[in-house]
Amino acid sequence: MKENKRLRSIIIIFLAPAFILYTWFLVIPILNSIRLSFYKSELFKAVKFVGLANYIKLFTQPPFNERLLGAFLNNLKFFIILGIVQNVIALILAIILTRKYRGFEFFRTIYFFPTTLSVVIVGFLFNLMLNPTWGLLDKILRAIGLGFLVKPWLGVPLTALPMIAIIGAWQYIGIPLILFTAGINGINKEIFEAARVDGVSPIGLTKHIILPLLKPVIGIVLILTFIGNFTQFDFIYAMATTLGNPNYSTDVFGTFFYRTTFGRGGGAFNPDIGLGAAIATIMFLIIIIVVFIWLLAFKRKEEV
Amino acid sequence: MLKFKNISVRTILYIFLLMHTVVVIYPIFLMTTTAFKTNKEIFTNPYGFPSKFNYGNFVKVFDVSRYDLYFRNSFIVTVSSIVLILFLSSLAAYILAKYKFIGNKFIYLYFLAGIMIPIKLGTINIVQIMNWLHLFDNLFSLIIIYTVMGLPIGIFILTDFIKMISEELSNAARIDGCSDYGIFLRIIIPLLKPALAAVAIVNILPIWNDFWFPLILIRSDNLKTVPLATATLFGQYETQWGMVFAALTIASLPLIIFYLIISKQFIKGLSEGSFKG
Repeated sequence: MKENKRLRSIIIIFLAPAFILYTWFLVIPILNSIRLSFYKSELFKAVKFVGLANYIKLFTQPPFNERLLGAFLNNLKFFIILGIVQNVIALILAIILTRKYRGFEFFRTIYFFPTTLSVVIVGFLFNLMLNPTWGLLDKILRAIGLGFLVKPWLGVPLTALPMIAIIGAWQYIGIPLILFTAGINGINKEIFEAARVDGVSPIGLTKHIILPLLKPVIGIVLILTFIGNFTQFDFIYAMATTLGNPNYSTDVFGTFFYRTTFGRGGGAFNPDIGLGAAIATIMFLIIIIVVFIWLLAFKRKEEV
Repeated sequence: MLKFKNISVRTILYIFLLMHTVVVIYPIFLMTTTAFKTNKEIFTNPYGFPSKFNYGNFVKVFDVSRYDLYFRNSFIVTVSSIVLILFLSSLAAYILAKYKFIGNKFIYLYFLAGIMIPIKLGTINIVQIMNWLHLFDNLFSLIIIYTVMGLPIGIFILTDFIKMISEELSNAARIDGCSDYGIFLRIIIPLLKPALAAVAIVNILPIWNDFWFPLILIRSDNLKTVPLATATLFGQYETQWGMVFAALTIASLPLIIFYLIISKQFIKGLSEGSFKG
């Protein structure tokens, strides 16, 4: 009896601080945001239960429905471009860097470097570098005979989002690089040895051994990229303002949520936390569904 | 590993790696050198080193802003949050790893869910809670949020690690009359050092570099963190290029130096820490 009581008190004392903070500031706020999405609001307070009215507004009423679809498509494009550029380059670099050549440690240190910088700072830096007034990139392109590529990259709807996604890949490449390197180093050396004896080419080795064994790591990188990207805000803020310039072509869930909820950044409507909460709930549902699919696809054989 | 006997293949690899190095380094080089140029030279000589190092831009930045305060704020917030994450998640992880009780697995998964669910989605209610606690426009609000943000990954890494610590040591100590608290402090914590380092490293960048929560929760200039202050400055002085580049350089330099000093441990910690995730 006494022993049980002692155990119970120690479990509670050790677990309670983390449990209470986590519940109070993460779980409850998310559940409350879902609840708020069913309310009409005034001045940052929920005033009246309105059922699905916020959702109906978001899905049917212009300009909200256009913004919602635009944000979803832009997030998707951002994810696809960033995911492909970042992971393909990171995988190639990881495969090269796991060879034990002189100086490769140095290259890995350098390549991780942009990942340590703040996203807004990187965003502002590239914002200035791509600015046509300065014309830095333009002059380089003309000098190497690619003058036809000269354009205001961030000023044209067609190129603004891909450009921001590529800069995102430039910054974040360090994370998949480290994970892929650790993954390849974790592959049994004997497999490589056997492949070498059998005369498998480097490309064959990559295709038949490295890629299949790296599948769980690729899965982790993809899901982390996806979540990071569907809550992305900083890059768009720094390079295209909270309006997702030009003409909402870079507007994503993060900026749409920010404008709707806090009304800053020159939004055409008053701040509305009920509507903002509905956007957050839609983001939450998208992330939950994708995480669930990911669990089914990548973790099926493992015990959770 | 496969080794290429062929020298030319190796040369091609080095050239490829060097090209990528230029892609990585040049923007940073450009940021730093441009900060030392006059507004005129930025346009006449944009690519290389400045003709002479001119500190005027840095002086201007310090004239209009308080980077000493911004760094102090970022430092206080990051260090406090990381200490709290390490303390709270090692306590919780110890229980989840070593004590069997009903609901253990459920609580573990409950914490783990936080790795996948971004705390940003609760922003609206967080603002309301912080208002209610009178912590709006207060660094404590950021410390609480970042602590909560880091707990799931901390508990995940540490629970995994504590499970691997042998029972024998704890049992021996218990027979010698050591209490549960004593076992935790004298046996578990010292053995946990590498895992604690990994947890700290995984959390340091997202906390130091976070822009969203300061943007939402901080109003006073003297409470701004480095990313928020830099964004404000950028908005106000966008046309004064030299000054903006100086501000960007000031804002990123300490982290660059910090990274260069501990890059080896940093990459090791990240591979160990996030690989399990």
